[in-house]
Amino acid sequence: MEITSNTFKKNAREALADPALQRAMSHVRSGFIDKRARAAAALPEFDEIRDTGRDIKNHTLAHLDLYLEAYEDRVRSAGGEVHYAETAESALETVLGICRKANAKTVTKGKSMIAEEIGLNEYLEEHGIEPVETDLGEYIIQLRHEGPSHIIAPAVHLNKDQVEESFRAAHTDLPADRDLSEPTSLLNEARGILRERFLAADVGITGANFLVAETGTSVIVTNEGNGDLTQILPRVHIVVASIEKIVPTLNDVSQIMRLLARSATGQDLSVYTTFSTGPRRPDDPDGPDEYHVVILDNGRSEMLGSEFKEALRCIRCGACMNHCPVYQAVGGHAYGWVYPGPIGAVLDPQLIGIEKAGNLPNASTFCGRCEEVCPMRIPLPKMMRHWREKEFERHLSPATARYGIGLWAFFARRPRLYQWATRWAMRVLANGAIGKGRYTSLPLAGGWTKYRDFPSPEGDGRTFQEQWAARRKSA
Amino acid sequence: MSDRETILGKIRRSLAVDTNDVGRRAIVIARLEGTPRGIVPKRGQLPAEQRVSLFSKMAEKVSGSVGRVAKPEDVPRAVAEFLRENNLPAAIRTGGDPLLAGMPWDDTQVEVSHGPSDGGDPVGLSHAVAGVAETGTLVLTSGPDNPTTLNFLPETHIVVVAAEDIAGDYETVWDDLQKRHGKGHLPRTVNLVTGPSRSADIEQTLLLGAHGPRRLHIVVVG
Ligand code: SF4
Repeated sequence: MEITSNTFKKNAREALADPALQRAMSHVRSGFIDKRARAAAALPEFDEIRDTGRDIKNHTLAHLDLYLEAYEDRVRSAGGEVHYAETAESALETVLGICRKANAKTVTKGKSMIAEEIGLNEYLEEHGIEPVETDLGEYIIQLRHEGPSHIIAPAVHLNKDQVEESFRAAHTDLPADRDLSEPTSLLNEARGILRERFLAADVGITGANFLVAETGTSVIVTNEGNGDLTQILPRVHIVVASIEKIVPTLNDVSQIMRLLARSATGQDLSVYTTFSTGPRRPDDPDGPDEYHVVILDNGRSEMLGSEFKEALRCIRCGACMNHCPVYQAVGGHAYGWVYPGPIGAVLDPQLIGIEKAGNLPNASTFCGRCEEVCPMRIPLPKMMRHWREKEFERHLSPATARYGIGLWAFFARRPRLYQWATRWAMRVLANGAIGKGRYTSLPLAGGWTKYRDFPSPEGDGRTFQEQWAARRKSA
Repeated sequence: MSDRETILGKIRRSLAVDTNDVGRRAIVIARLEGTPRGIVPKRGQLPAEQRVSLFSKMAEKVSGSVGRVAKPEDVPRAVAEFLRENNLPAAIRTGGDPLLAGMPWDDTQVEVSHGPSDGGDPVGLSHAVAGVAETGTLVLTSGPDNPTTLNFLPETHIVVVAAEDIAGDYETVWDDLQKRHGKGHLPRTVNLVTGPSRSADIEQTLLLGAHGPRRLHIVVVG
């Protein structure tokens, strides 16, 4: 995937001027936020479980070498194979090696951000193996030769007429006059076409939401069931996952499961949470004959010793981007690489280098919503600040340093973004521990280094704009 | 050096620990053996009968349908009725599960065939080892009794679960499974299923029946 993070500002300007994208992004605003809030509110223990989730991940990361060894041991005793890959290239070669040994011509794929990160599809294609994405959103963007614009809803930047267009262009053996005006007809068409691909595939590749050390199990979480068909029908199942997916026990997974779907889609639990351990057993009538896990590092072991270590707690729920005013305004592609939104702004500079992604940590209005909703309590704004400091220290170039301020000003000048972000932040501050009536910093008012005391307009947590509107009404 | 050694070495360097630290090892072993429970929501901690009601309510909330019969002998009739009401063919595919096999299918018009699914079966029938009241979730395990393909390929999935196997929370289910399969061991596949398959990938519109079953019907026994 071509990396375009360096031109974030240009990407953002284009995104703001793209009516189709803006139409599609309105579904993020309405779709995810209320649902998450309702699901979290319906579980009284939700916030407490966020604490245990954070603690489980911290504990695991502090003993990651040992849990990896324990996990590996259990996978082997269940008859599976574990392959470590320090780099993306190494992971690609390993996957290709397994596919070649299996004489694979087509490979079905469950949704995997790690596969996106290492560029698996392009690589397999270059080597004569056809990858078929089976998650509906991934399938759509594969047809359109696009990258994902969201980590759990990869095609969220598209409208149904664009999907229809792609289906008509790709499925040319179907009657041209068929009705595809409704989302259901699009879904049914994809279901029919992919069903055949599932049954014909030689290898199935999935990601993993968790790798369980206690039992040597990989866990996938889906709503469609495509990940399951990917991993039970072909002869060979390959899991690609990164080192921080390890969780000690099934009980620990249960804690984090209670956070994941609620934070992601506002469901209590996703439809399918599937635990896979090794290949099929001797008397199993279905399931794969071979089970491989490719464990990717790609810079994460270094992160573990850095100020970005807490980002390794991320469970890829997407809540931080759903609640980010910048993401909502410009969509995921503007970020220029596979991980968009606040978590992308923290991860991308580590994974592809600060030279290429150094702009992303500036793509923020500092409203703090991402940290507020992150189920793993990752201090995303603080980490973005660390990157900006690093970029500054490196004196990359005066132009790059100035660019940061320019980007901030760019967002500050957009009234819709500004209103939304400040309204949220003021409520947080007004309800928070900071004494009523005074803020230590007014979001968006002082760049990111100045801290001044601002009198709260009326000590009631409303913004100037809201109060102005209220006054005009009463006048 | 292999990728494995490199990665483990880098992790240890980042954590500033060395391989021979017995204290760290003891902590890891204690967690893997002790498997401490975290916070288990109060929601599912109910007497048996209320647990079944919560399970049904949660399963219905995610678009599953739930029926209940008093004893295993009543299941075939309930299944036949469900198929009729939904205009489905009176033919089901199922594995070799002893509970299901012991039911009087001959008393109904339902034709029963056995084995995994190849995608040609309209209705699959399985026996879940457990239910979880907290989220209306079914727990299905792979093997000749209940082939995993039956959970995903047929358009309609009917799942039988005993009322007494409905737990309040996931943790209880893990304990039971480990008792059955040995500590630290699981069957090849454990499926937690919460409602029929769905997708919201097109304009965030929720649609049922993405790749898995369009319909999930649960029969609670007892
Ligand atoms: S950083 Fe937090 S909110 Fe964002 S995807 Fe990761 S876990 Fe979810």
